[in-house]
Amino acid sequence: MSAVVTPTAPADAAPTTPAASAGRGAGRGSGRRRSTTTSGPGSAVTRRPLPLTIVQYVLLALVLLLFVVPVYWLFSSAVKPESDIYAWPLRWLPSSLEWSNFAEAWRAAPFDRFFVNSIITTGVGTVLEMGCAILSAYAFAFVRFRFKKAVFVLVLGSLMLPGHVTLLVNYITVGELGWLNTYAGLILPGMGSAFAMFLVYQQMRQVPGELIDAALVDGAGHLRRMLTLVVPLCKPMILTGTLIVLIGKWNDFVWPLIVTSTADMRTLPIGLMFLRSQEGYTNWGSILAGTVMVGLPMLVVFFVAQKRIMGGIAAGALKG
Amino acid sequence: MWPVTHTVAAPAAPTRPDVGGPQVPAGTASAARTAPSSASPVPAPSAERRRARRRRGLREGLLFAALVAPNLAAILVFSYWPTIYNVVLSLMDWDFISPSPVFVGLQNYVDLLQDPEFGTVLANTGVFTAVTVGGTLVGGLGIGYLLSRRLRFAGLTRTMTFAPHMLPGAAVGIVWLFMFDPTYGLSRLAFNAFGADSPQWTTTSDWSLWAITVAYAWQRLGFVAIIYYTAILDLPKDLFEAASLDGAHGWKLFRSMTLPLLSPVTYFLLLTGIITSAQAFDIIAILTSGGPGVSSTTLTWMVYDQAFLRFDIGSSAAAATVLFVILMVVTVLQTRFAERKVHYS
Repeated sequence: MSAVVTPTAPADAAPTTPAASAGRGAGRGSGRRRSTTTSGPGSAVTRRPLPLTIVQYVLLALVLLLFVVPVYWLFSSAVKPESDIYAWPLRWLPSSLEWSNFAEAWRAAPFDRFFVNSIITTGVGTVLEMGCAILSAYAFAFVRFRFKKAVFVLVLGSLMLPGHVTLLVNYITVGELGWLNTYAGLILPGMGSAFAMFLVYQQMRQVPGELIDAALVDGAGHLRRMLTLVVPLCKPMILTGTLIVLIGKWNDFVWPLIVTSTADMRTLPIGLMFLRSQEGYTNWGSILAGTVMVGLPMLVVFFVAQKRIMGGIAAGALKG
Repeated sequence: MWPVTHTVAAPAAPTRPDVGGPQVPAGTASAARTAPSSASPVPAPSAERRRARRRRGLREGLLFAALVAPNLAAILVFSYWPTIYNVVLSLMDWDFISPSPVFVGLQNYVDLLQDPEFGTVLANTGVFTAVTVGGTLVGGLGIGYLLSRRLRFAGLTRTMTFAPHMLPGAAVGIVWLFMFDPTYGLSRLAFNAFGADSPQWTTTSDWSLWAITVAYAWQRLGFVAIIYYTAILDLPKDLFEAASLDGAHGWKLFRSMTLPLLSPVTYFLLLTGIITSAQAFDIIAILTSGGPGVSSTTLTWMVYDQAFLRFDIGSSAAAATVLFVILMVVTVLQTRFAERKVHYS
């Protein structure tokens, strides 16, 4: 993927120039279905033999089942009465909708606290990380500094450091700062940004030089140029980065597990783990209802913004 | 690694301030101010100009520092420093409680090597990583290719394939825990179809490693498929037209064109796959907690278990260092290999 670094904003460029960008290899993970498939390579073979088509549809159906069945099983079982869950042969449809599973999960564990904690750590954490990402991306793209390349490599190089290796020392650091079991301890160690910074930086480099020059002539300083010109122009990628960061923070597991020590500070995924060990295998209804509460918000975010998210993730992987 | 090698050349903007533009007014203004006091008016402006340029460079430098500081500080304190200090801790004996760690040299590593369980943990990590990475590469390539065909419902399938990757690992873990239930889970249905009883996935040491492997591969498969799918759509169309005119079709076209052209993506997915799979944690925590015994303990679980459940800091840090070294070797090897082999586009 070396020479094909054409970092147009994938989330937006693709729909506007669907076919033209295919040859140049611009980001098109988010492209429209129709247009992308018709321009895909291999569609040179325009007519497919019927048996091959059938085989392909069978395979496609299997793939769809592989991913739909577990998700359906989760959601349907979360509203099944106990007699449906512990039944053989399996019951694919709930005989009645048992919403009390949710109430029971809520009773067994303080899900209201989990929700509040997850929203605070995800919200504040995302704002802080994206703030870091935008400020440093702007500096790398527009501010002159002799050792810029070295700093850039240092920041991006952190992507190579395995996060799991840092857990122990970060726990000690946060402990010395007196942040164990606090929001500061939950949020601040995840503030640094390399991936989202890179996404935003890639788009900032595409801002036309004439626009910057025009702003310079108008006497706009760096801060004004950043806030009134560059950031609005790069809004698509900033939004993409924000969504990816947000999902990552909501789903974060090992750090909140380590740094929290009381139930009232736990985030949703950690609360779910404790609900599971508390209820064991005996109360699947409430555990699955809890799982729905933990997972549903991210599924909604994903379904609403799926093209942007998949495009951003693919762009981050393929353009790097 | 790619992001780095590529983007090293990226900040194309000159690092030294160029002459002209907004700098001229500043330079002339200060030159005018100091001109009368200067004895020789000719060299003064250029000296002044240089000074102004330096001042401007300093101002830009300070601005750069201010903008980058929060991000850089967080990365240095919470990424680089812990990676380094972790090695120091691995030479210590500590339990979080006693006032200060005691230096024990390489004793923690010696203990690890003499512990037969550590061999099992390494083997588990290897099997888990190899199977999840290999499985998702093969499966993801197939699914990505399938999604790139002109088929109805390909869009829906793409969405549903990627959705698990967006779910919290904890939720995915619970879903699979429920499906693995030998009495009331889907696993019983699947195994009964072949006339067998469902294994006790998460509670027997013969199966626990496979339980976490299957669940983790399922979550990651969609990510790999979408990357392949995007990359396949990006392949140069004209090459394929030429090849199909030459009579290459189907499997032959795939073998001789698609696969080699995708090799940069495959290397990338292999590298990042090893690095992320070797650090899988949440699914393990939910499904098996590394048990029974150490039958599903990987290095990541061991790092957590030693530090936060057994309070043996030195041992945990030593295991983390082993993990770090393995991942760094993989990174370097892959980068080398990728640089040498991958030059298509």
